[in-house]
Amino acid sequence: MFEDTYITVKGCKIRFRRNGQGPSVIYLHGANGVPKVQPFLHELSKNFDVLVPEHPGFGESDEPEWLENMHDLAYFYLDVMDELNLDHVHLIGSSLGGWLALELAIRQPQRFKSLALIGSAGIRIPEAQPGDIFLWTPEKAAHNTFMDSALIEWAIANPLDLDTTLKNRHTTALLAWNPRLHSPMLGKWLSRIQMPVQLVWGENDQIMPLPYAHAFKKLIPHASLSVYPNCGHLPHVEKSEAFVQLVSQFIKKAEQA
Amino acid sequence: MKVILFHLMSYADLDFEATKEYETVWLNLPNRFFDPVKCNALYNRYLDELESAEPLGFDGVAVNEHHQTAYGLMPSPIVMASALARRTKRVKIAILGSALPLREHPLTVAEEHAMIDVLSGGRLISGFVRGIGAEYHTFGLNPTISHDRFHEAHDLIVQAWTKPGPFAFTGHYYNHEYVNLWPRPFQQPHPPIWVPSQGSKETIDWAAHPDRRYTYLQTFSPAKVVGKYLKSYRDTAEGFGYEAQDSQLGWAVPVYVADTDEKARQEAKKPFELFRNRLLKMPFEMLLPPGYSSRTSLKGMMAAKASLTQEMTLEMAIDMGMIICGSPETVKDSIVDYWNELRFDNLLTMMHFGNLSQELTKNSMALFASKVLPHVQSLQSEAVAQA
Repeated sequence: MFEDTYITVKGCKIRFRRNGQGPSVIYLHGANGVPKVQPFLHELSKNFDVLVPEHPGFGESDEPEWLENMHDLAYFYLDVMDELNLDHVHLIGSSLGGWLALELAIRQPQRFKSLALIGSAGIRIPEAQPGDIFLWTPEKAAHNTFMDSALIEWAIANPLDLDTTLKNRHTTALLAWNPRLHSPMLGKWLSRIQMPVQLVWGENDQIMPLPYAHAFKKLIPHASLSVYPNCGHLPHVEKSEAFVQLVSQFIKKAEQA
Repeated sequence: MKVILFHLMSYADLDFEATKEYETVWLNLPNRFFDPVKCNALYNRYLDELESAEPLGFDGVAVNEHHQTAYGLMPSPIVMASALARRTKRVKIAILGSALPLREHPLTVAEEHAMIDVLSGGRLISGFVRGIGAEYHTFGLNPTISHDRFHEAHDLIVQAWTKPGPFAFTGHYYNHEYVNLWPRPFQQPHPPIWVPSQGSKETIDWAAHPDRRYTYLQTFSPAKVVGKYLKSYRDTAEGFGYEAQDSQLGWAVPVYVADTDEKARQEAKKPFELFRNRLLKMPFEMLLPPGYSSRTSLKGMMAAKASLTQEMTLEMAIDMGMIICGSPETVKDSIVDYWNELRFDNLLTMMHFGNLSQELTKNSMALFASKVLPHVQSLQSEAVAQA
């Protein structure tokens, strides 16, 4: 069972869930937050010490005055790791959370043993425009997030409560409206990321289209890429079993290195 | 009462049939539907209409700012206000307004408005707005910082107008080592500042504050809503310990006049419905990006979404007081009734809307000017009359 608790750092109370034994793995969520511990996290917690925070400005966490951009969020999480005595961890980041993982890793690369980046934001390439998530209706967002029609229907039928939706959207806009879903300052420092990186992408990602996966692979020194066919922006949800297997092996291997 | 002719300068020649598949004329309507030759004729026609306000007896003319849309062809109201400054001699020129947060350097607003004020010999009314939600998509500006940037840009502009330069300005968004305006505004201490709004508590609290007492202008809304927000301004002023003057309140409303009520309704119907149901239409996500409004206001608007997006007929709009339309007598009586009920000293008449033709616009303006305007201008509250 995941322990559901709160921690206050820099005057900001955030919610985090934690379960499992073994190497510590922090999951950094994307724009829709992580209101519930998803099945892939339960699976991972069989082999790892899995931490699932809600970022400041999302879900049940505070919305601190000081939060203005992704840099603030990165420094905050380094402080959270200090507070929790987490010296070395593995990161899994989805979309906005992938960008956050990269911002953390360029600042203190020695603290991160590996990164798994899923449909990650963070950079911009001229060949592909990210989906304009801020113009989509909830229905369109569901269609552009998943390929599996059952998941699309489920997402439309089970929206988050309105307050949480608006809060998450607000913070996503705060962090990623402009420059859209990236930092122009990030790409030039990706050479600092010397730990192993697993890129995980849905072939049909409509939010961070597949060319971004190839761009990251070029920019990050030790990255490998797995692409799931017939899969959207969230392969950890849509191809949960395969994802858990891939990422578990990747983390175990990185742990041994 | 002061009566100002307000022009939106819509792209009236849009092929409304060919573009009807598009959800909106804002943001992403392809600009292949724009014809510069047609726009040349429209710009000159619209400026003629505004310029004619002076001989017709209006107190002022007004222009506004919108970007990348067929709704209005004035991404820079500065350009139109400049043209008007040279072609008019008496009327006030109102910019309603400049969208402050969209500027990377609001000092340019201070400069441009000061230029027009000097050029016109002190006839500028300076309007400050945030720009509508769609413009945060258009400009890529982060809507979550819109209010903060608006306030900071305002402070910078007013200081630039009033504080002896050079001085340094250190803000969160704007930083200048040397603020030293050349030219300074003609009017002292600065041009009047108006705040056009669709109505929000935050805006009213800010505009009504005793340090500012800016004129609050309710834009295109049902009369009931206009009444609610004008009252809210008065109540807010009272809460601050002073009584708001009628001159601090205004209403912008489409007006159409013809010889008879029936003729007026018949002529205004299509252009008005085009304005309301096509040119103003946009998806909710475009209109209200995250952070543009407080989440409380946003939830209120989401609850009212059905009525906001409902198609409207001219008849419904007349009943709701969203347009004043009819014979000169009807229009005059309506304005007097609204004035008695709402008490505001600034009426902004939008006498062109949608694709109303040049001929009909001209006729309506002429009838309004000869048979309605003098009476409406004579309306003043007893307190003012006795003073």
